[in-house]
Amino acid sequence: MTPILQIKNITKRYGGLTAVNDVSFDVKAGEILSVIGPNGAGKSTLFKLISSFVPATSGEVLFNGGRISSLAPHKVAQMGVVRTFQETTIFRSMTVRENIIVSHHLRSKASLFGFFLGTKQAKEDEAAFASSADDIVDFLGLQAIRNELASNLPQGHLRALGMAIGLATDPKVILLDEPFAGMNHDETMKMVGLVRRLRDERGVTVLLVEHDMPAVMKISDRIVCINFGQKIAEGTPQEIRENEKVIEAYLGSEDAAIGM
Amino acid sequence: MIGKKLLGFIAFLVVVFVLVPLFISATGRWDFFYTLTSVALLSVGAAGVWLTFYIGRINIGQGAYALIGGYVSTILVTQANVSFWLTLPLAGLFCAIISVAIGFPILRLRGVYFAMVTLVLTEVARLTALALPITNGAKGITSIPLPGELSIFGLTIIPAFGTLSNPRFGFYIMAVLLMIITYLVLWRIVNSRLGHLCRSLQQNEELSASIGVNTAYLRVLAYAISSFFGGIAGAMFASIAQSIYPSSFVVADSVNFMLYCFLGGLGYVFGPMLGTLLLYFGWDLLSIAREYQLLIYSGVMILLMLVLPNGVLSLLDKKEGSR
Repeated sequence: MTPILQIKNITKRYGGLTAVNDVSFDVKAGEILSVIGPNGAGKSTLFKLISSFVPATSGEVLFNGGRISSLAPHKVAQMGVVRTFQETTIFRSMTVRENIIVSHHLRSKASLFGFFLGTKQAKEDEAAFASSADDIVDFLGLQAIRNELASNLPQGHLRALGMAIGLATDPKVILLDEPFAGMNHDETMKMVGLVRRLRDERGVTVLLVEHDMPAVMKISDRIVCINFGQKIAEGTPQEIRENEKVIEAYLGSEDAAIGM
Repeated sequence: MIGKKLLGFIAFLVVVFVLVPLFISATGRWDFFYTLTSVALLSVGAAGVWLTFYIGRINIGQGAYALIGGYVSTILVTQANVSFWLTLPLAGLFCAIISVAIGFPILRLRGVYFAMVTLVLTEVARLTALALPITNGAKGITSIPLPGELSIFGLTIIPAFGTLSNPRFGFYIMAVLLMIITYLVLWRIVNSRLGHLCRSLQQNEELSASIGVNTAYLRVLAYAISSFFGGIAGAMFASIAQSIYPSSFVVADSVNFMLYCFLGGLGYVFGPMLGTLLLYFGWDLLSIAREYQLLIYSGVMILLMLVLPNGVLSLLDKKEGSR
């Protein structure tokens, strides 16, 4: 079976600086794969490369065997590879529910002109979006804040909202950008449960970038570790934990930092 | 809620089509028709600018499209003998097509950079009108015939303006109708999915792209609709004035279109309509201050932007909030 996502020899240079250097790995359908690495290792760039928000210098990304790395970001999203952002990236002056409803755009069957005229199909679409948005609100436990303006939300809820926006697009693969950053232990554990349910109940393949080692060790089926833009290790949490290169990359930080 | 809106709409229709004409014929101030016609047409152009604001772009180039629309309609009427009523949508369409070609590259720019390029557009349009042979240079095109009859299947919908005893009243009715249609279209856009996506674009373009919105297409679409409004407003203006010159719409007009939106409120569909009315009459009223007219006017504008940054219509919101 072909992997759902294949990253092949991808490289990104900014002038003389090589942010990502010849990184390759596969993501299998239905797994949770984490990309870890010290600060400045190139994780965020790698993420932008996969979601096609920045063009690669060389190399390519394949989704179900088809090349997606030169497509416009909205085309990549259309195919089912959707990224989330860190917490500040939301539609600030919309309510939580409006945020989620508007993000159903990819599921609309009616044309924009159809929506303008208010055709039958458009009305059906709107009704479907509204009920699906309510499902997502329930799924993520956002009932209490559904009509709150997004700009008034605390950090934890913003993260959940970002995930809700991603979910609304009905993704095959979701790319989560540091979903646990800035969270305390309880919040992190809740989020870990949520990401698991994303995969288990909605069948979404999850690729995430993260700093929080204990959470990563807990949640991931496999882990890819990068440092200075290069892949230095790949394997199960157990293998990564015992990998010398990984330990070296994190040298100076406490052992606890990599979950030992 | 919907009943209340409908009631407001009917009240508005009564005011513009019954009360205002009655008032004018009672006072005998026929020139008011011309003033109100200008307000209605300017607010059509401002509606377009407002839509570009709605996707998060500051548009100071509506004057260019008004000028282009005016020339397209005029040239078709005077040289090809096309009915004015047909040239009206054609002028809008022509502007929309031009704006797609211009908008595609420049809509990538944001903030002040986009604003600056659009500001230049008006000047480019003026210089082009000066240079082209078909626009007759600085002399412009004058003695444009009044709009003729519009009939479908032998049924007269609009009589020829030349036969009217009071063409000013005719123009007033047409301009107000045009304004009402424009704002109904705008209202429908804003309240449909198209408007929701425009709002998403205004608030975060990257996130918008990540949920699968073709942001480049949507930006150009909104800009084309905006320019369409500018074009039909300009076409109607040229027909009323029965003349058009390269200086009919200049940079100051483009800036005014933007100010109408600011004054009325960028968050409200009917903001530009109110803004146009207030600013147009405000300027005229201030003429009693003679040489201080511009000083007072500018001072009031600065003050309004400081005190009411979300426009005059935001006063309504505040009242609701305190209730």
